[in-house]
Amino acid sequence: MWDFLGDQYEQILFSSWQHFSLVVQCLVLATVIAVLLAALVYRNSALTSIANSVSAIGLTIPSFAFIGLLIAPLGFGVLPAVIVVAFFATLPILRNAVVGLSGISPSIVESARGIGMSRFRTLLQVELPMAWPIILTGVRVSAQMVMGVAAVAAYSLGPGLGGFIFSGLSRLGGANSLESVLTGVIGVVVLAVILDLLLVGLGRLTTPRGIRV
Amino acid sequence: MSELNATNRADSTDEPITPTGITGASILLDGVTKRFPGQTRPAVDGLTMEIPAGKIVMFVGPSGCGKTTTLKMINRLIEPTEGRIVVDGDDVTDMNGDTLRRGIGYVIQAGGLFPHMTVATNIGIVPKMLGWDKARIAARVDELLELVSLDPALYRDRYPKELSGGQQQRVGVARALAADPPVLLMDEPFGAVDPITRLRLQDELLNIQEELQKTIVCVTHDFDEAVKLGDWIAIFNEGAQLEQYDTPERILGHPANEFVENFIGSGAGLKQLTLTRVADVGLSDAIVGVAGERAADVLARVTEAGHGHAVVVDARHRPVQWLSRRQLGRLDVISDGADPKLPVVGIHATLNDALDTMLVSSAGAALVTGRRDTFKGVIDVKTVMDAITRSQGAAVLESDQAPVGLNTGVFQAQASAEADPSDTAGHGADAQAVR
Repeated sequence: MWDFLGDQYEQILFSSWQHFSLVVQCLVLATVIAVLLAALVYRNSALTSIANSVSAIGLTIPSFAFIGLLIAPLGFGVLPAVIVVAFFATLPILRNAVVGLSGISPSIVESARGIGMSRFRTLLQVELPMAWPIILTGVRVSAQMVMGVAAVAAYSLGPGLGGFIFSGLSRLGGANSLESVLTGVIGVVVLAVILDLLLVGLGRLTTPRGIRV
Repeated sequence: MSELNATNRADSTDEPITPTGITGASILLDGVTKRFPGQTRPAVDGLTMEIPAGKIVMFVGPSGCGKTTTLKMINRLIEPTEGRIVVDGDDVTDMNGDTLRRGIGYVIQAGGLFPHMTVATNIGIVPKMLGWDKARIAARVDELLELVSLDPALYRDRYPKELSGGQQQRVGVARALAADPPVLLMDEPFGAVDPITRLRLQDELLNIQEELQKTIVCVTHDFDEAVKLGDWIAIFNEGAQLEQYDTPERILGHPANEFVENFIGSGAGLKQLTLTRVADVGLSDAIVGVAGERAADVLARVTEAGHGHAVVVDARHRPVQWLSRRQLGRLDVISDGADPKLPVVGIHATLNDALDTMLVSSAGAALVTGRRDTFKGVIDVKTVMDAITRSQGAAVLESDQAPVGLNTGVFQAQASAEADPSDTAGHGADAQAVR
C-alpha cells in the first residue's frame, strides 16, 4: 500500500486536486442554478411543489445510469461528468433554497416592500441573506453527495479519483488493484471531510450574527 | 381634557391649510375601491376620506373590515382597483410604488426589523436607498435612536434578536422616520408588546408626535388606544364602510349609530373620562377640621354650609378622616386617628381613576390631593358628570372642522358628510356608474 502511494503520489495528488476542483466548481454552478430556480418558483405554491418533486425524484436516478445515458450523445470527457455532478448537486440546494425562501415571515417581506424596497432588492438584500444559512446547509449536503457522484463520473473518463477506483475494480486480483481502489475511496472521503470543514468556515464567515442559531 | 388634547384642539382651527411646525402632509383617498380577485364583495367600497396634515388618525373596526387594506392603499402596498390617492396635493396613484413608499414611513407589528442587519443598518436602509452618504446616515441613525430613547452607543450595533419587544418596536419607528417622511403609516404597531410597554410606547409616540407633527395613520383593534392616541378616529364597518369619523370626544359623546355604540362597548362615558384630568375640572370646597377640635363646633360649621361631611386634616394639611354629620354628632372631640380607607386621588389623576375611587367610597365623592398630598378639595360624581356633559358640548361645537370621510352612496347623518356634499356627490355618481 505504502509503495503504491509512494509510486503514485504525484498522480494521486493531481487526481485529488482535479476531483476537488470538479466538485467545487460544480457546486458553485449548482448553487447559482438552484438559487435562480428557487427565486423563480418560491412565490408560487404550484411551482414550488413541482420543484420539490423534481428534487426528490431526481435524487432517485442512479448516477451511474445517468452518466451512461449522457455518454451516448455527448461522448466521453469532462462535459458529461460536469453535467452529472452539477445536476445532482443542484437538487438538495434547490430544495433547501425553496424551503429557506418560502420560510421567511411574510411580515418581514411586507416591511421591506413597505419601506420602498423593490421586489428584486427585497430578494437580494432581505430574502436571500435570510435564507442563506439554510441554502448553505443544502450546499453541504450536496458537497458530501457529489463527492461520490464525481467518483462515478470518472466512468466517462472525467477527471478525479474515480479513475483509481474503476481501474482497480476492472483488474481486481491483479497487482495493486486493491490499493488502487482503496486510494480512490479513502481519497474521496478525505476530500469530503476537508470540503465540509471549508463550508462550515464559509458559513461562519457569511452568516450575520443576527441570524446565527 | 388632557393637556395634549387641548393643544391639538387648539391647532385644529388652522386646518386644513398646513401651518408652520407641522411637517406632515395631508392625504386624500378619493373614491377608493379595492376588489380582491375571487371575492364578490369589495374589501374597500368607494371610500372617500381626508386625513389632515400633522394629525394622528386612528383606524378602528372589527377584523376583516378593510381598515388594514385601506392603510396599505395609502402607500400602495395594495393597489386600489378604483379611485385616486392624493398625498400633499399630488396624485400618487400612478407614480412608481417603490419611490412613493420610500417617502412614507411604515411600521408594522414588532417593527418588522430585518434580523440579519444591525439596528444601525436597519434604520439606515431607506436613507441608503435614497443615496445619502455614509456620514450623514450614521449621524441620522444616532439622532433617531436618541429620539426613540435608545442610547446609540449601546444599541447601534446590536441585532434585532438582542433587543426586547419594546426596543424592537422603537427601532421600527426610528426606521420609519429615517428619511424624515411627512407621513407615517402604522399597522397595529403596539400589538405584540405587553400592556405596560404598550402604554409607554404610546406615551412616547405622543411625545415624538408633539415634536415632529407628522401625519400619522394608525390601524388598531384597541379602541382605548385609539382614544388615547387619536386626534381623529375613523370607525369602519365591513367593506371599509366609514361609520363615524370624528374626534374621540365626539365619538364617545355622540356615537353616530348603533354600530359605533356597540363598537365602543359599555362604558363610553368611562372611556371619555380618560381624556380628562382631575385638575381640569372644578373641585368643591369642604369644611375642614383639625384633630383636637370640638366636634360640635365642626358640626355647626358643616350644618351652616349645608354640607354633609367634614374633612379632618393633620398638621401638614393632609386629609386623614372624612366624617359625616352623624359621626360628628356622636363624637365629643375629633380624634387624630387616620382612616386607611379614605378615598383620595391625586390632582393629576384621570377622571376615570377618580370615579373608580369614588365608587369605593360611601360618600360618592373623593378627596383630591395636590403636591405633598395636601388637601385640595372634593370631587364628586356630579362634577364628573358635568365634565362629561361639557366635553360633549365642546365636541359639538368643533364638528365643523371635521375632515371629510364617507363612502359613496352612503349619506349618513354625518356632520362631515354635510361639510362638502357637492364634491363628494360627484364621486358617488362616478363610482356607482362603474358598478
